[in-house]
Amino acid sequence: MLHPVMFRSLWQYRGFVWGSVLREFNGKYRESLFGAFWAVAGPLTMIVIYTVVFAQLMRPTLPGHESTRFAFSIYLCAGVIAWGLFAEMLGRMNSVFLEHGNLIKKANFPRICLPTIVVFSALINFGILLGIYLFFLTIIGHWPGWPILSILPLLVLQLLFTIGLGVALGTLNVFFRDVGQITGVVLQFWFWLTPIVYTLQALPVSARGFMRFNPLLPLIGAWQTVFLDRSWPDFTSLLPLAVLTLLMLWLGAWLFLGRVGELVDEL
Amino acid sequence: MGYLKVRNVGKAYKRYPSKWARLAEWITGREWHEKHWVLRDISFEVAPGEAVGFIGVNGAGKSTLLKIITGTTQPTTGSVDAGGRIAALLELGMGFHPDFTGRQNAYMGGQIRGLSTEQISELMPQIEAFAEISDYIDQPMRTYSSGMQVRLAFSVATALRPDILIVDEALSVGDAYFQHKSFNRIHEFSEQGTTLLIVSHDRSAIQNLCDRAILLERGFVIKDGYPEEVMDFYNAIIAEKENATVEVRRLEDGRAQTTSGTGEATVADIAILDESGQRVEFVDVGQVVTLHIEVITHAFIERLVLGYGIKDRLGQVIYGTNTHLKEQALLNVPAGTRYVFDIVFPANLGPGSYSIQTALCSTDTHLVNNYEWRDLALVFNVLNINKSHFAGCAWIDPEIKISTI
Repeated sequence: MLHPVMFRSLWQYRGFVWGSVLREFNGKYRESLFGAFWAVAGPLTMIVIYTVVFAQLMRPTLPGHESTRFAFSIYLCAGVIAWGLFAEMLGRMNSVFLEHGNLIKKANFPRICLPTIVVFSALINFGILLGIYLFFLTIIGHWPGWPILSILPLLVLQLLFTIGLGVALGTLNVFFRDVGQITGVVLQFWFWLTPIVYTLQALPVSARGFMRFNPLLPLIGAWQTVFLDRSWPDFTSLLPLAVLTLLMLWLGAWLFLGRVGELVDEL
Repeated sequence: MGYLKVRNVGKAYKRYPSKWARLAEWITGREWHEKHWVLRDISFEVAPGEAVGFIGVNGAGKSTLLKIITGTTQPTTGSVDAGGRIAALLELGMGFHPDFTGRQNAYMGGQIRGLSTEQISELMPQIEAFAEISDYIDQPMRTYSSGMQVRLAFSVATALRPDILIVDEALSVGDAYFQHKSFNRIHEFSEQGTTLLIVSHDRSAIQNLCDRAILLERGFVIKDGYPEEVMDFYNAIIAEKENATVEVRRLEDGRAQTTSGTGEATVADIAILDESGQRVEFVDVGQVVTLHIEVITHAFIERLVLGYGIKDRLGQVIYGTNTHLKEQALLNVPAGTRYVFDIVFPANLGPGSYSIQTALCSTDTHLVNNYEWRDLALVFNVLNINKSHFAGCAWIDPEIKISTI
């Protein structure tokens, strides 16, 4: 992944990458009447349902926010939006080479363009949701203030982690199609094993210790801290994830660069 | 620019005995697969501006070779060194997205070839004009007929003149009008110095466009030479059956004569005779001549058909028929018989060099029983001695009536 030639060819093909991102965005909704509304309809539905179902149950477990209106919704949205970006990117990178097999077989272009398109495409959906969320926070008077700047490093860390893992899985999936199936199942479990629709405090103490092994927990927690507590997150808690990210980037680069030539033979 | 060097290229696909074998290989690092070679030790060089046709039966490795040259597939051994921009039309379409409009797909097709959006916008009117699909350009691709897809694919791929153009049978899909149009464009490119690599089963396409042909068979290059010569050899291979042999003999003028067949019957003598029965090499336009062919049988043959064709300098058949079509097939022929066929016809041909190919078989085609197939069995020349000058390869002398109204 840290290959200068790859970045140069990516830059050369920026027209293709950006064009594909736009086409995908337009194409997804061009036949529908409400257009881009559907891009956010899914996550919004999820937020509404979870708010209705869990808000009453969870309120007591958000200490310090008993008087904050919509406290649970703010907490929930922060987690759902961050997780949504992770899950969408990972899920699509998983199948990105398989899906575009036809293109890979017929045209000679840098293959790294395909995951890159996924990254930007997912970021657009994420941007729309985040925009709506920030608008909502402003209206209810819960604008996070300066700590909002911390979402930039959080986002960079999350992207690098997802790219490393996603490219590795996407490459593996071409050779072992089970990988795609496993990823879907694991993502489901992972979502419910991460405090997004519930809080860490709601868990028994014994279970909380077990949660330490979830590398995404501090990241999602940081998002929630920024938006609910309106304070700077504890960046040192992200150190294990940062180390893991480096490992994933190396793994992704090793698998991808080593197998990219063989990819087309398996499609 | 436009040169191509293919050195010792081989391609093997990995075959695993079971699904788990690959996993075992990845984990242990030991080789568990067997290699299935589709191309072996292919080496050739193409000079800038040269036009090369690739021929061979299905599965001979033509498409794989072109994919390796294009760069979409990696060779297992050897290397390819290509100079300049390559445009490739591999099979139908080019990874078009069915839900996107023709215009969007055209943009994508250009971008995937490394063009910038501004460049494509500049080329777009020309692409639209060449494809001639009118307002379909803004309709989703899934509403296109396959011919329309080819039109668009070809227009996009050739919007800019490439240094090397690779065409893999894509042209056979369009209608006659568009085929002509695309052939013209390929011709123009070729004249401007584009190197052409073409896969086709269409003899005339190869002979019209190419100045060289490469014949692939089971992953090997088995012949590399003039298109006519290679095509003859290819036809012979198609006809090859059981104990049939293919023999190539150099003629005095350097052309190769290809003979193939199982040998139950052979042409013993062949000549063109004038009215007085003298052997001639030069024939006047319109002169009545006799094609004299002597055939010897070496085994009992149930049904024997003699076919012949008159080919022009480029190897295109000007006229051909056989005794099956003329309902003069010989039945139950014993071994050791010598037959004489005297075929009388007026040489209504334009001036130039012509050759005769002969075929001895049992039916209409030489694909069922091929006793002997002989290309360039005889070469003769047509001269215009006493007719007024005319153009073309056929003498169709008219009577021109002119009047005023």
